Amino acid sequence: MNIQIDALNTVTMFLFNIIVYNIVLLYGTVGEIITEKSGSLNLGVEGTMAVGAIFGYLMGCYTNSMMIGILFSIISAGLCGLLFAFLTVTLQANQNVTGLTISTFGVGLYFFVGKGLGDNFPAMSDYSAISEGANPIYIPFLSDIPVIGKVIFSQNILVYVGVAIAILAWVYLKYTKPGLKLRAIGENPAAADSMGVNITLYKYIHIIIGSAIMGIGGYYMGLVLRGSFEGSSCWTDGYGWIAIALVIFASWSPAKAILGTIIFGFFNTLQSRSGSLAQAFPDFLGWLKDIPAQFYSALPFLITAIVLVAESMRKRKNKNEPSAVGINYYREDR
Amino acid sequence: MAEYAIELRNITKTFGSVIANKNITLKVKPGEILALLGENGSGKTTLMNVLSGIYKPDGGQIFVNGKEVSITSPEESKKLGIGMVHQHFKLIDVFSAADNICLGDNSGKFFLSKNRYKKIDDFAKKLGFEIDSRKIVMNMAVSEKQTLEIIKVLYYGAKIIILDEPTAVLTVQETSRLFDILRKMKNEGHSIVIITHKLNEVMEISDRVTVLRKGEYIDTVTTSETNNQKLTELMVGRKINLNIERPVTEKQPPLLEIRNLTVKDDEGNTAINDLSFYIRSGEILGVAGIAGCGQKELCEAIAGLRPIVCGKLIHKGESIAGLSPKKIIEKGIAMSFIPEDRLGMGLSPSLSITDNMLLKNYTQASSKFNPFINRKKGRSDAETVIKDLSIDTPSTETPVRKLSGGNVQKVLVGREIKAGPNVIVTAYPVRGLDINSSYAIYNILNKQKKDGVGILYVGEDLDVMLELCDKIMVLCRGKMMGVVNSCNTTKEMLGLMMTGTENLTAKDGKTPGIAADSNIKEA
Repeated sequence: MNIQIDALNTVTMFLFNIIVYNIVLLYGTVGEIITEKSGSLNLGVEGTMAVGAIFGYLMGCYTNSMMIGILFSIISAGLCGLLFAFLTVTLQANQNVTGLTISTFGVGLYFFVGKGLGDNFPAMSDYSAISEGANPIYIPFLSDIPVIGKVIFSQNILVYVGVAIAILAWVYLKYTKPGLKLRAIGENPAAADSMGVNITLYKYIHIIIGSAIMGIGGYYMGLVLRGSFEGSSCWTDGYGWIAIALVIFASWSPAKAILGTIIFGFFNTLQSRSGSLAQAFPDFLGWLKDIPAQFYSALPFLITAIVLVAESMRKRKNKNEPSAVGINYYREDR
Repeated sequence: MAEYAIELRNITKTFGSVIANKNITLKVKPGEILALLGENGSGKTTLMNVLSGIYKPDGGQIFVNGKEVSITSPEESKKLGIGMVHQHFKLIDVFSAADNICLGDNSGKFFLSKNRYKKIDDFAKKLGFEIDSRKIVMNMAVSEKQTLEIIKVLYYGAKIIILDEPTAVLTVQETSRLFDILRKMKNEGHSIVIITHKLNEVMEISDRVTVLRKGEYIDTVTTSETNNQKLTELMVGRKINLNIERPVTEKQPPLLEIRNLTVKDDEGNTAINDLSFYIRSGEILGVAGIAGCGQKELCEAIAGLRPIVCGKLIHKGESIAGLSPKKIIEKGIAMSFIPEDRLGMGLSPSLSITDNMLLKNYTQASSKFNPFINRKKGRSDAETVIKDLSIDTPSTETPVRKLSGGNVQKVLVGREIKAGPNVIVTAYPVRGLDINSSYAIYNILNKQKKDGVGILYVGEDLDVMLELCDKIMVLCRGKMMGVVNSCNTTKEMLGLMMTGTENLTAKDGKTPGIAADSNIKEA
């Protein structure tokens, strides 16, 4: 009897962790979808998230306020977006190179600031508002449902915000006039331009908004890891790159990005939780725990590769990729 | 009311060191159709792009209804009641017709209205257009897309409508329907500017003609007081013979025979369906059809670039089906395909003329075991082609993309001919070329024909094909509608065959496309 309850708890914990450790992917993916819908391929997700993470965390701690933390993650990541927009829209720089630069720059800045603080790096436990702000919020009644209550309705505020942003972005793209114009720019900027859509303004706004959303994701990761600045890996630790692949997996739909996040999250969680999860497995699945942990670590990236290959084999007609993504627009081009 | 709906005074527009428009003056009266005529690169499209706010002029004034205006964006042009139907449609392929129109809606509402489809259907019906506002542009035929463009322009209340080469992609019947629409709009008081270089159309539709040449304004004449010959002289700047020669050659045995050919397109749909035809030496066989009816796939199949599903390709009695493109080139079959963007197939835009020459004959230009290419040979080839076809280029080492469209096409055609082929497959060799360059290409082809080369000519301009080709094969959705002798057919007949209304293969008992003196022995 006891064993069964333990098994149920383990499974619940596993599902809970899928959400808690991977919602960052949703932020990254939705931010990148909004960016790509404007015809801009911003490969700087990783760096933008890292910048949002470090500045959001530090400012949040210094002021002991969640809201200011979120605000600064938005501002600092938004500035990365502004930089990307200025370079690619105004100066017409190559988008791929600019994005990669921002990734390198962002992660570099993250370590520069974090390591630079050394022992002065604020510990999250010292700041009540932050550590409490990252605690779960129990939705009345719904959180009492077994399993689902814990997995879905007992998450921290930024999980709910992330899902809300994804749904809002989906509605925005599909049912609003600015959303229609944005999609038009991503498909055929010259056509949108001839209809009087302000391409430069739209690109700037959406690149910045997209980056800001990524930034919240970075900040979220800082909170989840409880601000422990140790070791050599960044808080965002490759999530930014997976988010770029997830955009393709979600076929440029913020709603599908939620599903994609859960699926990728599943594989991602296997790597860290496989040991304990195996306890919950019935006997005939016991062999799963014998698979080396390295395999589970590689799994998310392996899945990413498979998804990319499968996607590239699909015919253009079914694809939702904005046709003009990655191509700079210059009105007087001949 | 002002005397002119639009008045452009001394418009100048430069791109770097290139002067596209130099002090151009243009006046359009209310309720008239003005044709803007000129060769390629004469600045017609540039001028109209200035008017529609896409290009910012470097100098000059624009007056709309007598008031001076400054147009700095397409949005301002739209507000002034100017609408342009671009040559390459400015439509979003994955959007519905209605969404393409809603794109320009700048009223305050945040959400898209649900009844936008009905609103646009009603609007179109009121004007007498047939359109399904829910249809996705990607699934539309070319003429539907054009109708949508016109509705789009009218929807935002344009009084001045500019059409850039609207008939280039239409069949004869579609063109006459478009002209009916234009006349109707004119009678309702719209001013229309139509850009074209087809003289017949200018004579048919316009009230006045403004002629540009090399970026400069030449003259404006009243259509009823002029004729084709006079317009050509204004356009080219000298007298030119408008007749295309069709040399008579002796009847030769079939050179290339295609039997029951079936080919699929990139999407896996049948592009060419059970097609049989043949080309004799010293003969030009025209291929007519609406864009996308399998011409491209046919050319690629012959050149060995596209696998065939079934059927026979017999060249001088030998099968070439399944051979590599290189083997097919060695057999003397040359292909020059000019895609819509001109540079897409056959030439490498950033390479020099010499390098592009070498692309085709690097194997012959050096010995088999020599790993180095023979640049000297390439350069002398380039020099010959430049001289023979009078290509206008600073040097043999100029990157091809820096040449004007006509010269690019001459390089491509010239290279194919240089190899001394016995079959030339050429698709749209004069696409977008002006009269001078077009005639140069026709002459080259005719010379090859006299030398006994068999030519497959895929074209768009039926007038030209009727004059140049010996026979014309008409395709409709990958099926043959018949082979007609150009001496005894009409443009209208070809138009009907292209749309599949008329099918000559079903009429007379014998199957066309199979030579009586065929090399293929029936098993």
